[in-house]
Amino acid sequence: MSVWIAIGATAIGCYLVKLLGLLVPAGALERPLVKRLAALLPVALLAALTAQQTFSTGQQLMLDARGAGLAAAALALVLRAPFLVVVGAAVVVTAGVRAVSG
Amino acid sequence: MAARRSVPDVAEQTAQTAPPAIRTEPAAAKPDSAVVRDALGVGVAVGLSGFAFGVTSAGSGLTLLQTCALSLLVFTGASQFALVGALAAGGNPFTAAAGAFFLGVRNAFYGLRLSQLLALPRFVRPFAAHWVIDETTAVTLAQPSRRSARLGFTVTGLTLYVLWNLTTLVGAVGAEALGDTDAWGLDAASPAVFLALLAPMLRTGMERAVAGLAVLLAVGLLPVLPAGVPVLVAALAAPAVLCVQGRRAGRTEKEEGR
Repeated sequence: MSVWIAIGATAIGCYLVKLLGLLVPAGALERPLVKRLAALLPVALLAALTAQQTFSTGQQLMLDARGAGLAAAALALVLRAPFLVVVGAAVVVTAGVRAVSG
Repeated sequence: MAARRSVPDVAEQTAQTAPPAIRTEPAAAKPDSAVVRDALGVGVAVGLSGFAFGVTSAGSGLTLLQTCALSLLVFTGASQFALVGALAAGGNPFTAAAGAFFLGVRNAFYGLRLSQLLALPRFVRPFAAHWVIDETTAVTLAQPSRRSARLGFTVTGLTLYVLWNLTTLVGAVGAEALGDTDAWGLDAASPAVFLALLAPMLRTGMERAVAGLAVLLAVGLLPVLPAGVPVLVAALAAPAVLCVQGRRAGRTEKEEGR
């Protein structure tokens, strides 16, 4: 049940912010500070989520095959690989390291 | 599906991976077929990553129905990945939803730009709103005229919506067939998606400082705070760095004034 509550809250919240952008008059959210904060907020969230989902299981920090997978993804990004290749590299390398290390 | 910075950056970033047509200088009048080609290219490439979402979500313990409901109703990838990740880590539903929501806030700023470009009638807006995401914004902003902007938005939105939902379904069903998704390395898909979205945003020292501080906060607080909360605390890295930077700028101005 709690999963459905989370889904419902996310769906409603995400839809309303999308709609808000289309409905409010131009200029209302165009203040420089608001715009900069809006640009930086995803940076903070994505960095935090990347680190957490790579280096933790539940509430424990841990370094495992995912670290190698993320390194491969980072390399692919540096080489300007397309989005799907980046994600594919992480998956393949993580699986490979797990297979080798048994 | 994505998460990120200011709107013009999105157009540039997608141009890296998008078909070459998007990169060319906008002509005064762009043929409809060229617009459709751009839109389909972006739609297909990103729509397929719905497969990764389906697998991740099913691997996180959500049912098929819950997984598909997320793609149908939320339809903004980074938020969906964040939500299933937080739920899998044992976060409470509201903390998990809050993280997903904050990632979705950027769509409001896309909508602001789009509403000027598309000039949609009021009654259409509630329907168009569901498609206001990174990729539709990127394609729409790259168009030279209102006509091609509307066409680009509609074709990208429709292609993405259909493919994202179909591939979510295939991924979720496939995950059950795969059995232990971790053995296939699929638990690395979600952080890799986040990293791919984050990388093009790290342009200046300020963005890197925000990212670095957020990583430290998220990892450092993980063992001591309830699941999902560290990510929300890490979001404070954004206002914190802005504040420090603002003060520094203020000081420099004062010194220059003397």
